Amino acid sequence: MSMDTQSPPSTMTDVSPTKNGAPVVLENLTRQFGTTKALDGLTLHIEPGEFVALLGPSGCGKTTALRVLAGFESPDIGKVMVDGKDVVHVPAQKRDMGMVFQSYSLFPNMTARDNVAFGLQLRHQRSSPRRARADELLDLVGLSEHTTKYPHQLSGGQQQRVALARALAIEPRVLLLDEPLSALDAKVRAELRDQIRALQKRLMITTVFVTHDQEEALSMADRVCVMSRGRAEQIASPAELYSKPSTEFVAQFVGISSRVAVERTGDSVGLFGREVKIRGDVPQGSESLDALLRPEDVDVVVAPTGLGIITHKSFLGATTRLEVGIAGASVKADILSSTADVFELGTRVDLVANARDVLVTASRRAT
Amino acid sequence: MASIGLGQALEGSEEFMQSYSRGKPSRPWILRVHWGRGIALILAALYFIVPFYAAMQFCLQDVNGHFTLETFTQVAQAPGFYSALWLSTQLAVATMAIVLILMVPTMIYVHLRLPRFRRVMEVITILPIVIPPIVLIVGVDGVTPAWLKASQWLLALIYVVLAMPYVYRSLDAGLGALDLKTLVEAARSLGSGWISIIWRVLVPNLRSALLSASVLTLALVFGEFTIASLDGWTTIPVWIYLTPTTNPRINTLVAMMALAGTAVLLMLIVSLDRSKSRKSRRS
Repeated sequence: MSMDTQSPPSTMTDVSPTKNGAPVVLENLTRQFGTTKALDGLTLHIEPGEFVALLGPSGCGKTTALRVLAGFESPDIGKVMVDGKDVVHVPAQKRDMGMVFQSYSLFPNMTARDNVAFGLQLRHQRSSPRRARADELLDLVGLSEHTTKYPHQLSGGQQQRVALARALAIEPRVLLLDEPLSALDAKVRAELRDQIRALQKRLMITTVFVTHDQEEALSMADRVCVMSRGRAEQIASPAELYSKPSTEFVAQFVGISSRVAVERTGDSVGLFGREVKIRGDVPQGSESLDALLRPEDVDVVVAPTGLGIITHKSFLGATTRLEVGIAGASVKADILSSTADVFELGTRVDLVANARDVLVTASRRAT
Repeated sequence: MASIGLGQALEGSEEFMQSYSRGKPSRPWILRVHWGRGIALILAALYFIVPFYAAMQFCLQDVNGHFTLETFTQVAQAPGFYSALWLSTQLAVATMAIVLILMVPTMIYVHLRLPRFRRVMEVITILPIVIPPIVLIVGVDGVTPAWLKASQWLLALIYVVLAMPYVYRSLDAGLGALDLKTLVEAARSLGSGWISIIWRVLVPNLRSALLSASVLTLALVFGEFTIASLDGWTTIPVWIYLTPTTNPRINTLVAMMALAGTAVLLMLIVSLDRSKSRKSRRS
């Protein structure tokens, strides 16, 4: 698949923005497939024009939630409100929602322009304004030179951009993105990510984006809904989600965490010889606690008599990730690559906590 | 191993470099011919061509062994030929229409919603091949109301059953090659109802499958003898059989024409399909 060389839509034409986004409310959604509960009481309120990412591991129910919203699945219990109206019984083709799919979904028998114009044709728009609108949207996604090409003549990234233009052409009330970037290679993915976000901000369209890639969710969304076992674990802004995960699942899933056994004194814990405040609630009824540490919460210092030993070292570009074996735990720490030379495998080191506060959870050994 | 030897012998020469860049060692043409394949092809061709040639020669000769086109005029004047041709054509068109209208939505539904049912469908659609035509017509005659029995369209309904195995397989392959679920959902999210999805999105992408299903159905209807004969209808194959054998040249020529007609139609449809897909690929 060829790499996309199209520039992002810096030369965007003045496309009439879509109808300003509609508010969406998912309330107590429950959906069971056989014995598996795909959705188990999911509740989510989305503001008009907001970009919300549904993030979670596979099987957490994020795709089912999106499909319920699109009308491809119906919930066993619960409400789907769009613009204040319950749409549970409205068929998918009448919901006015643009959707971009994970797999390439362009109609193979139609050119890029015909694909984009398809929804307009169904709305009985006349031929010449329809073509003009399709060309406008293809221009918006930076594909004005490819209007007469068939899907098989376009690269993966280009096909997904046509799919995006096609979804936007019908001026949807809500834009649904079902892992649209996951089939693309890294460079195209990053480009398209920025492009989608820029377009969404420009058109102010309510958008729900499903992904299992935390980097995508954190970099694109206004708010992220982390899902697990069919429920929302935490709904918060990316910054809050990262710095103040409300549950252990969120802390483990978003960013990378290491667990270290700690002793509690009052509202703080002892961490590598320093007292660090506990963030949030202390788990009740548990004597032994673990602290959850981000790689950037820890500094590493070479010390011949140190308690830790470097067990892994991986170069990540600007930073290098070290894994330090210490007191039966394995702690990940990120350091600047320029200072990484002194840390060889087997080097004795000490760890220093540099975080102001830390999330604690009941120790796994205790349970 | 031979190519390595040859490669070493030619190393450094321009010819070697050219052939190397194509990824194939160049060999004298006489070695490039696959003799085994050639002989098999010639034998197979003879098996088909000799009877065809003999039949054509027989048709185009008069009693003295001279070339003549007399038989063609005799066919045109033979009693019952046109009505048999018209009946066969009507039945072919009706069968194609019914079988496609019946099978296309059914197959789409099965592929989309009941994928587990595909195996059952496969077994059901193979039954017409397994059940002898004589059993089929006797069974059908037993349960058909009199008004339908008197109608030629009963034959079309039976041919629909006979055509099912071929239509099923063509459509199954065509649908299997599409990402049906995504295409349907994409069309629905854009506001398309089911009829529009089938007509505008799926049928154009199933063109090859539909064409092969149609050609097979056509060939089946134009060649079926047993059921038409038992049901008392003079279709082309029945007419060939019934026409008095005073001039066997007429019967042979009609059989040849039916064969040639199907072959021409097949080639026409295949070339139409190719030129269309080439056009879409070129732009």
